This record gives sequence, structure tokens and C-alpha cells, in this order.
Amino acid sequence: MPEPLLELEGVEARYGSVPAVRDLGLSVHPGEIVGLIGPNGAGKSTTLHTIMGLVPLYAGEIRLRGKSLRRRSPEAIAREGVALVPEGRRIFGDFTVEENLRLGLAGRRTRNGGDPLERAYALFPMLKEFRRRSAGALSGGQQQQLAIGRALVAEPEVLLLDEPSLGLAPLAVDSVFEALREIRERGVAILLVEQRALHTVALADRTLVLVGGELRLTLTQSDAHDTDKIVAAYLA
Amino acid sequence: MLLAALNFQTFSDAVGLGAIYALMAVGIGLVFGVLRLINFAYGQLVMAGAYTLAFTSSWPLWLSIVACFAVVVGLSLAMDTVVFRPLRGQSPAVMLVTTFAIAFLLQAVALIIDLRDGTIGEVAASLTSLNAPVTIAGAEVRKITLVSIAVAAGALLLLALLLARTTIGLHTRAAASDFRTARLLGVRANRVIAFAVVLSGMLAAVVAVMMTVTNPLVTPDFALRDTIVVLVGVVVGGIDRLWTATLGGFTIGFVSGLINGLLPTDKTVYLPSAVFVLVILVLLLRPAGLFAWGRRAAFERV
Repeated sequence: MPEPLLELEGVEARYGSVPAVRDLGLSVHPGEIVGLIGPNGAGKSTTLHTIMGLVPLYAGEIRLRGKSLRRRSPEAIAREGVALVPEGRRIFGDFTVEENLRLGLAGRRTRNGGDPLERAYALFPMLKEFRRRSAGALSGGQQQQLAIGRALVAEPEVLLLDEPSLGLAPLAVDSVFEALREIRERGVAILLVEQRALHTVALADRTLVLVGGELRLTLTQSDAHDTDKIVAAYLA
Repeated sequence: MLLAALNFQTFSDAVGLGAIYALMAVGIGLVFGVLRLINFAYGQLVMAGAYTLAFTSSWPLWLSIVACFAVVVGLSLAMDTVVFRPLRGQSPAVMLVTTFAIAFLLQAVALIIDLRDGTIGEVAASLTSLNAPVTIAGAEVRKITLVSIAVAAGALLLLALLLARTTIGLHTRAAASDFRTARLLGVRANRVIAFAVVLSGMLAAVVAVMMTVTNPLVTPDFALRDTIVVLVGVVVGGIDRLWTATLGGFTIGFVSGLINGLLPTDKTVYLPSAVFVLVILVLLLRPAGLFAWGRRAAFERV
């Protein structure tokens, strides 16, 4: 197997003296979706925040293309090719849709020809149609598309998503998961934190179950219909 | 009877003062936007600019003004690098108290430099000719009033364009709205903060140039009272948005100017009391800010 794009080894993250993630190891390859599920407080979001440099790495190592991300600032990590779609979308509601997308360009490393926003418009044509509108006026599902589009215009190699289906109607959830399939086909490595366990196991190449800050189990797509196994992993 | 006293000159002077205060409010609001820091030492930047104008008053005017800009912007950047950057992320109270300390430190330094000739106060008189009146539609207006209004309008328009049309402007607005998310998108924190600090310093330099026209005697407490009034105006207007902060600055300058014109000459000592009574009334009625229509209070009320 080729070298992973993103690799976590023995990662420990703490809030004060309280460990939120302990001895976590995982790797994500290009064109692969790795799911990260688990109950509330399992350390899923903390894992993403540690990768992005928002939470300091207490122990272990996080590597991008084999290079350590230790002590890098969030903006430096974004500029290295890691994009986070944060929980709650965090779009700029007072800005237009296009301005939100242009902000995503801050993390872009290379300048290819053509309209850099086309990457987002191709995946979500709605964004082009509404580009002059205030982002705050979009529906929840459209805002999530904007948040993902904003991450994609930076042309990241690694895409981290923090509960992208949270608060969305079922149809909107389907469209978000469909978009993730397309993004995977472009060769992006995706680390997906989700509460919707069954959806995630069915979509991801591998899904890790995190409980109490520790890796409990790894599930594959063949476990997608084994509800008992997933529930047992949560409760164990 | 009060309205009868409100002649055109009083009104135009009030607009002129409002324009200068609006610029100070933008300067304070810009830095607050990205650092969540109320810079009490802003007035000392203006003071440093005014002293530079005084010390360079024998130079050609343009060079003196360039020196003023260089000193104020340099001092702003130094303040950010030496003090604000190490304290970034501290509580607002720590940051505010620190800016008090910087303000007193700069005043003390100014006093030492000023006292070298044995007297307090230096004169910056290069532009005092702007105090001469011009006649507009039969009414006399001081040139500096017109210049203040034109310069403030021009500066605000330029700033609005910079923030709206440029990439660094977009990044700065994003940082002011949600710094963490902006950084996660790759917006460089140090760059937007430096941008805001430089702009804020340039506005302080503009204010220094205009204030020395009406107040050519520069002392260590130059612009101190104005800064306190503007800070109040910024809070009254709504500090969490640049345009409400600016309107707040303008309004308090305008109202101060009007009250000053309306009060009999021997009663102008009551000006601050009258202004601050109004401020208390406004804060009681609109705690979120005078111009914060339809929005939540910026701070939870206890």
C-alpha cells in the first residue's frame, strides 16, 4: 500500500489535565474515506481539532505526506493542504456566497488557471446560482454545501468533516453523502466524523469507533447492516 | 430658544468634530475587530503624531506629515509586536489594563522628551492657517472644518473599498467576524492583524494632523480626553461592528460639538457632564448599542 497522506500515531490530546483522546492511531490514503464514529464526548471532534492545530498535541505524532504537523498553526496546516469543514458549518452569514468561497482560497497552495471557484460550482451548481446572495439566507443543507465548497476551492489533499449531516433534513443528508463520494473519486483523502453510524459505515472504506477517547473497533462496509455489532461497539 | 442659538457655524463645527471622532472610532474599531482589544492607548498614538509634527515643524510640510505617519504607524506596529502579540488570547480585561499601562508609559516618555527644553508643550503650527474662515452661502465656516469632513469622508470611503474589494480586506472582515474559522481556512492571523494595526495607525496620524490645527499646543495629554469620549461613543454605537462604532464616534463628536455651541461661553465647563448624562441615558435604553437595530445585545446583561 502507498504511504498514507495523513497519519496519526499514538495521538494524545488533553483539555487541561483531562485526556480527551488517548493513543489514537489512524491513516487515510488518497481517494479513501475513513469514518470516525462514537458517542458524544468520545473525542471525535477533538481528533480533528488536534490535526488542525487548534488543540495542542500532547503526545504522539501527526504526519501529512510523512511530514510532522506538530506545533504548526491552523492557518499553516490549512495551507499545507488540509481543509476542515467545521461542526455547525461556520459559514460567514453576513458575507455573500461568493465571498465565503473566496475565503476558502486563502488555503490554496497553487494557482491554476481558470475560475478557482469552479471546483465548488461544478459539485454544487446551486452555489453559482446564489453566489450574490447573503450566505445567511441559504437553507441548512445549502449552507453545508457552501461549507464543503469553501473547503474544496483550496484544493485540499485531505478533507476533514465534523458532523456534516448535523441538523439537516434526510434529503439534504443524502446529498452531502453523495457529494463526499464524488470528492473521494477526485482522489481526496477524507476523514469523516459523524453521528449517523450506519450511513457512515456504508459510505466509508473503514470506520473507526471511538469511545472515551480510545479506539474501540474498526468496521468495514460489510458491517453496514450489522446493527448489533455497531451498537455493541458503542456500548461496550 | 436653544434652536435659535444653533447657527450654521455651530452645526458645521459639530460635523467637523464628528468627522474627526469618526476616524478615531474606526481606528479603535478596526483593532477591536481582529484582536478583541479596546486600545485605550490610541490617543497616545495621536499624541505621538502631534509631537512629531511639532518637532518637525521647520521641515517642509509634506515631509513633516510623512514623518508623522511614519512615527505613528511604526509605533502601532511596535505596540502590536511587543505587547499585543504575546498577550493574544488573554482575557479582554487583561488586554484593556495593558493598554492603560501603555498609555501611561507613552505619556511619561512624551513628558521626558518634551521637558528637554525646560517647558511643557510644543507648538505644531504648520497648518494653523486652516483655522481661517471661508464664507459659504453667507455663513462663515473654518477651513479646517471643511478639510476634516472631506478627509474623513475620503478616508472612510477608501477604507470601505479596501475592506470590500481586496483579498486582505475580505480576510480582515472574516477575522473580525470569526477569527478561528478564518484561520482554519488559511487566513494568516499575523497578516490581518498587522493590516488592521497599520490602517488604524494611519487613521491616528490623520487625526493628529487635523487636531493640531485647532489645538496647536501639543502636551503629553494631547487627545486623551478625545480618546475617552470616542471610546464611549464607540461603545454607545456598538463596538462589535465597524460601521456602528464609526457612527457612534461621529454621533458623540457631533453631539459634543452641538452642546458646546449651545452652552453659554461661561457654562462650557458643563459640556462633559451633559454629554455623559446623554450617554448613560442611551446605554440604559439601548444597551446593545445605539445603532444595533434588531440585534442581540453584544454582551449578556446580568
